[in-house]
Amino acid sequence: MGLKQNLHNLKEKYKGTKIAPAFNALHTFLYTPNDTARGGTHIKAADDLKRTMNTVIMALIPCLIFGMFNAGYQHYLAVGEIQAVTNGFFSSEFWNLQNFVLGFWKILPLLIISYGVGLGIEFLFAVIKGHEVEEGYLVTGMLVPLIVPIDIPWWMLIVAVAFGVVIGKEVFGGTGMNILNPALTIRAFLFFAYPTWMSGDKVWVQGAVERTKEIANGSTADAISGETILGSLAQSHPVDYSVMDMFFGFIPGSVGETSTLLILLGGLFLIFTKVGSWRIMLSATLGALVMGYIFNVVVDAGWITETSKFYGLMSTEFWHHLIIGGMAFGIVYMATDPVTGSQTNKGKWIYGFLIGFISIMIRVFNPAYPEGVMLAILLMNVFAPTIDHYVVQGNVKKRLKRGKLKTA
Amino acid sequence: MRLLSKKDSKLIMDPLADNNPITIQVLGICSALAITAQLKPSIVMAISVIFVLGAGNVVISLMRNIIPSKIRIIVQLVVVATLVIIVDQVLKAYAYSLSKELSVFIGLIITNCIIMGRFEAFALANGPWRSFLDGVGNALGYGVILVIVGFFRELLGSGTLLGYKVLGDSVEKTGLYAIGYENNGFMVLPPMALIVIGIIIWVQRSKNKELIED
Repeated sequence: MGLKQNLHNLKEKYKGTKIAPAFNALHTFLYTPNDTARGGTHIKAADDLKRTMNTVIMALIPCLIFGMFNAGYQHYLAVGEIQAVTNGFFSSEFWNLQNFVLGFWKILPLLIISYGVGLGIEFLFAVIKGHEVEEGYLVTGMLVPLIVPIDIPWWMLIVAVAFGVVIGKEVFGGTGMNILNPALTIRAFLFFAYPTWMSGDKVWVQGAVERTKEIANGSTADAISGETILGSLAQSHPVDYSVMDMFFGFIPGSVGETSTLLILLGGLFLIFTKVGSWRIMLSATLGALVMGYIFNVVVDAGWITETSKFYGLMSTEFWHHLIIGGMAFGIVYMATDPVTGSQTNKGKWIYGFLIGFISIMIRVFNPAYPEGVMLAILLMNVFAPTIDHYVVQGNVKKRLKRGKLKTA
Repeated sequence: MRLLSKKDSKLIMDPLADNNPITIQVLGICSALAITAQLKPSIVMAISVIFVLGAGNVVISLMRNIIPSKIRIIVQLVVVATLVIIVDQVLKAYAYSLSKELSVFIGLIITNCIIMGRFEAFALANGPWRSFLDGVGNALGYGVILVIVGFFRELLGSGTLLGYKVLGDSVEKTGLYAIGYENNGFMVLPPMALIVIGIIIWVQRSKNKELIED
């Protein structure tokens, strides 16, 4: 008797009891249930919610693996045990087992916490409210470890995930009903609740926080500092990473957000499988470029001088904005969330463009919030239904007008 | 022997729970969001509103037969403004730092929807004693929520209660802080007050299903 049969029997055993949804979820998570409709006039489509979610997870796996290598690479680079990468994307300084092992053991707990707490709450709510467990958390659970700093204390992540899932999603009615992207709600909660763990130059490299404490206690070791590029630019410090480093992702940052190359591949995969909206991705990119270009023009015109505190970020070449910080990750994996984004095609263009535009604006004008993309996406999540409403109303008006012309 | 008749005690008890001005009528939210980051200002605000609403209801009730209905709002404003100025002056004289902390929000009691609401809905139609009970009851209902919100926001946001470091010292790393606990900075920001009030509403309605609107 295989696992499938066991799970099926378990499900049958608890049928009609209060905790039935929990066993149903376990069963259908791993296998297609036996009791699907057969024959008749049903249209059979394989792309259910579970398939969609799994596609996004597959697109995220490269970022996760890269994040593991990068965590180790940043750590060993900071303590001076290895040299910086020299020969392109496949440098052996980066892709070695030592890096991976360190990153793996740091990121695995984050992943387990994210899924454990999140799915636990989903199961709990399903049992209380008597509905089936929905698959909505599968992607959120994967996104969460990728958008936090590597050294985030576990209990903070637990609190944040609980907050994000309950207040961000369940109170609105669960999967498909939430206004805000749950993963970003979790990150925003962490960001405002524990800012010392979410920004600055001490949190992005594994071990930096502890090293700082040791030095405060009299240790003579060198301090580890891994300022993000955005952090350096906001303070007009020179950036010593090459454009290729930024593009490949050999830079400090949240776990999975650094490699623009892999995010780009993931984005293409999402577009190819028609899971992610290319309209949102493209328009958000355009929005970011336009805003960045406006800032460049302002600097070139001499309106902003080097004494200004905005100079560092405003003078950044406009297309660099796409490869530093979480911009690419946010555009590809967060903005395209089908639940919280715009639904209409015209709406998607407006929604995406404003995300890109506002992200760069927040980045430049508020150095206290270096990652503007998070706040921009949350803001536009709130406006998405309004955008859709006016797009639909506009279409209604246009068609009414056309109807009148014909009858007149 | 009962202190109050059944009808009168209902005036006090109803606003405390099933007809709470904040959680059921959703009035007076602005001040509940603004001044509840600490417990102490929440308590002072609650006491101030109890005084203003209790006294105001009595005054309006006494004058209810001589106020021309066309200018009653202006009369009500004069009454509430007078009482608020008294509160403001007392605070400035005896608790200056607190009055600084509450800043405009004492003055803004004038615009607290609960006060005008009770004047209009109750004091204009009832005798002074019943109006007094109604005013105190509603202000208590408002105050209870303020104190609950203030309690959680100060405890989780600053790790203190009324200024006492109940969770240990966050700088010296004693108590809970020694094992890595940290204050939740989000709790100090106004959005969290809204969410805490939302959770109170959630708990209240899941206990008493009759309160759930369709």
